[in-house]
Amino acid sequence: MTQKINNLISTKAQALFNYTIHLADSSLIMGHRLSEWTGYGPMLEQDIAISNIALDLIGQSRNFYQYAATITNSNTEEVKNITEDDLAYLRDTREFKNHLITELPNGDWGKTILKIFFFSAWQFYFYQKLIYSSDKQLSAIAEKSLKEVTYHLRWSSEWVIRLGDGTEESKKRILLSIEELWPFTGEMFEPADYEKELSKEHISVFISDIKNDWINKVKNVFTEATIDFFKEGIWMQTGGKNGVHTEHLGYILAEMQFLQRAYPGCEW
Amino acid sequence: MNETDQNMVNTFFEKETMKRIWDILEKVTDPEIPVLSVIDLGIIRDIIINDGKIEVIITPTYSGCPAMDVISMNIRMSLISEGFTSIKISQQLSPAWTTDWMTESGKEKLKSYGIAPPVAKSFDKDFLEKLVVECPLCHSTNTSLISQFGSTACKALYKCNDCREPFDYFKCH
Repeated sequence: MTQKINNLISTKAQALFNYTIHLADSSLIMGHRLSEWTGYGPMLEQDIAISNIALDLIGQSRNFYQYAATITNSNTEEVKNITEDDLAYLRDTREFKNHLITELPNGDWGKTILKIFFFSAWQFYFYQKLIYSSDKQLSAIAEKSLKEVTYHLRWSSEWVIRLGDGTEESKKRILLSIEELWPFTGEMFEPADYEKELSKEHISVFISDIKNDWINKVKNVFTEATIDFFKEGIWMQTGGKNGVHTEHLGYILAEMQFLQRAYPGCEW
Repeated sequence: MNETDQNMVNTFFEKETMKRIWDILEKVTDPEIPVLSVIDLGIIRDIIINDGKIEVIITPTYSGCPAMDVISMNIRMSLISEGFTSIKISQQLSPAWTTDWMTESGKEKLKSYGIAPPVAKSFDKDFLEKLVVECPLCHSTNTSLISQFGSTACKALYKCNDCREPFDYFKCH
């Protein structure tokens, strides 16, 4: 579907479409992964908390998908009725542009917390910059999302501290999870071609600019959590932003999209 | 009738229609918190009447709030049942919705319903732990935060240390 859309719309609109889809997919896949904890959380309040975070993220993805649909419908004569649902449920893995870290399995509670921490810290600094985008709708979505992401970052930071500065078991598990997730954090600061294209008109964020903010935030929280970990210059996994994914995304989409694929066009 | 007179009549009818629509919207409530109307919540940004066509512009509260779709539908149904035929509901994301837009009467209604209304102004940026929230049941200020996340995206969970009852708090946003 994405190829069809890209073939029909202008190059500039393509970059904007791809960028918006990248942001939509990252929030959707992260939200979907977190929803896997619903009903399985270690304590009722935390089950509810993580479900609420998932809901916020899916809501954000809706805003981005709706905008991507608008971009498509207004930029080509052939396609006039793409909806947010088509984009979320009818694209395949190679068309998804989410960050790799969002599709990784949840693992234990600590690993999920770290995923949320790394991702929401990125979102926090990212949205602060996206508010100044010359694209009004992206700026509006950023303004709205930043309020919610601020809560996500605070909640996950507190949990990182609780687990890092907790028991011997929690510290051991958290350190193991950091080792596993760290190679996936670099991708969040490597701009894809469509981002570079849009930065010329100040639509996209210069994500390399927010890297230091992110690193400092992580260092501060790790220090308070008595976690002694920091690795620089290691090889980072990339590809998600261009549709090259881990084996996990296929399983996620198979579950998430099953109903639409089995009963095309079905509605509530 | 000459053009000026016709314009005056049109403006009169438009004003009457506008007032009617606001009155109808007063009765459209939040499905999750049925004491609050969409006007109390501050989500109605604008109403545009153009040649008999009505456009209601709303601003969603939280990004993922599932009540917003239901609210849009209820607005449409209410207007249809009052005889309006051409209705468009559009969303405006910016400026972002804030609890600062909630009316004072809305906050009072929340309290009598048993939900503590937002305490500070959103720009205070004071996080939940530092706020003093009054128990909506016994009015004590000796309350504590149980969780930043409550039964819905907009609420946090508190408990009263005096009357020992748990209660929801509508978060500043």
